[in-house]
Amino acid sequence: MNEPLADIGLAGLAISGLLIVVALAVSMVRRLGLERELVTAALRALVQLLVVGFALRIVVDDDDPLVFAWIWVVLMVFVAAWTVRRRAPDVPNAFTLSLSAFAAAAVVSLGVLFGLGVFEPTGRAIVPMAGMMVGNSMTATVVVARRIVAESRDHRELIEARLALGLSSRDAFAPHLREALRTGLIPQIETTRTVGLIALPGAMTGLILAGVEPIDAVRVQVAVMYLVLGSVATTAAVLAIGLTRGLFTSDHRLVSVASRP
Amino acid sequence: MTVHGVERPRLVAIDLEIPASGITVLAGESGSGKSTLLRLLNRLDVPDEGRVRWRGDDLDELDVLLHRREVGMVFQAPVVAPGSVLDNLRIGAVDLDEESAADLCMLVSLDPAVLLRPAAELSGGEKQRVCLARTLATGPEMILADEPTSSLDVEATAVIEQLALRLAAPDSPLPVGWVWVSHDPGQIERIADRVVRIHDGRLVDTP
Repeated sequence: MNEPLADIGLAGLAISGLLIVVALAVSMVRRLGLERELVTAALRALVQLLVVGFALRIVVDDDDPLVFAWIWVVLMVFVAAWTVRRRAPDVPNAFTLSLSAFAAAAVVSLGVLFGLGVFEPTGRAIVPMAGMMVGNSMTATVVVARRIVAESRDHRELIEARLALGLSSRDAFAPHLREALRTGLIPQIETTRTVGLIALPGAMTGLILAGVEPIDAVRVQVAVMYLVLGSVATTAAVLAIGLTRGLFTSDHRLVSVASRP
Repeated sequence: MTVHGVERPRLVAIDLEIPASGITVLAGESGSGKSTLLRLLNRLDVPDEGRVRWRGDDLDELDVLLHRREVGMVFQAPVVAPGSVLDNLRIGAVDLDEESAADLCMLVSLDPAVLLRPAAELSGGEKQRVCLARTLATGPEMILADEPTSSLDVEATAVIEQLALRLAAPDSPLPVGWVWVSHDPGQIERIADRVVRIHDGRLVDTP
C-alpha cells in the first residue's frame, strides 16, 4: 500500500470548508436565497458523519463481534424504508413494501458477496457494502413506486378496458409495470455503462486516496457496481410485485389509490 | 343492490332482471347511477349490499375472468392500447388469426386495411369500433355499452347503433344481447327494445 492521502486532519477539514464559502458567495451574488440551506446542509452533514464515524469505530473494529455490523445493516434498512415512505407518500404500504424489498436485496446481494467469499465477512466490509446497496437502491425504489401508482391513475381506463376483456390483473397491468421498472433501472444501467468516463466512482476514489493501487481499487469498485446493479434490480422487482398486488383485489378489480398531500 | 357513495348512495335497492337478448337501455341523467350499475354487471365494481347474478349464478361464485369474456364491456371513451389495431384485437384473444381479425373489422364496418395501422392514429369513431371489435373477439353473449357514442359524430353514432341492432337481431350470425347506457331520447327511441329508467340511484319504472 502507498502512503495514504486520506488523513487530512482538522486543519484540512477547516480549509475544505472554504468551498462552502464559495457556494455561499454564488448564492449571494446571484440572489438565490440559499445561504441558510447551504450552511445548514454543510453543518448537518458534518455532525451526522462525525456521529456515524464514531459509531462505525465500534462496528468495524476487527476485535468486535460481527453482530454489531449486522445490527447496523438492519438499522440502515429500516431508515431507508422510512425514507421511501416519506418521499413517496402516495404509495400505499410504502414502508412495509420497501422494507421487504431492501431485506430481499440484502439477502441476495450480500449473500453472493460474502457467502461466496468475494469479500471477507468483516464489519469493515459488511457495513460499507450494505450502505452502498441501500443508498443506491433507495432512489430507484422511490422512482419505481411513484411511477407504478401514477400509471395506475393515469391509465385507469386502459387497465379497466383490459380487465373487462377478461385479462387477469397481472396481465392487465404488465405493460405499465414494465414501464415503471424500466424507468427505475435505466439510470443505474446508464451509470454502470459510463462509469469511469464521466466521473470516478466513490469507493474507488476512497481506496486510491487511502493508498490502494488503482487496479486493486478497480476490482473492488467493479464488484461494488455489480452489487449495486443487482440490489437495485432486486429491490425494484420485489417492491413492484408487492405494490401491484395491492392495487388490485383478489377478484381482479382495480382499486383507487387515494392521493395524499 | 345498493352501492354507497362518498356524499350520497350511488345506487339504492336496485332489483332488476335483464333479458340476455335484445337491447336494454339504461336511461337517466348524468350522475344517476347508470354507469355504476353497468360496472356491477361486469364486476369492475361490487355492490355494498345485495348480489348480482348471471344466468342465476351469483357473480361472487363465478370465475370473474370467464364472466368478463361472456359479458363484455365497451366504455364511453374509446381507449385503445399502444400498437396496431391487430394488437388491440388480440388483447383478449391472443390466438386471433388475421383472417378472423379481418372478419371482425368488416363486422364493425372497418376496412380490414386498418389492421396494421397504429390504433392511436384512428378517428374517435374508428377507435370505438376497434374497441367494439376487441370485445367481440372474446365471443361475448352480452355487451355492456356505457354511452358508447357520446363522443362520436352523427355518422359514427349511426354506424355503431346499426351494428348493435344487427347483432341484437334474432337472426344475427353472432347474436349478442346489449345493455346500453344512454341519456339521448332520440337514440333510446331508435335502438331500445326495453328501457330501464334510473333517477338519483333508484329505479323509476320497469316495464
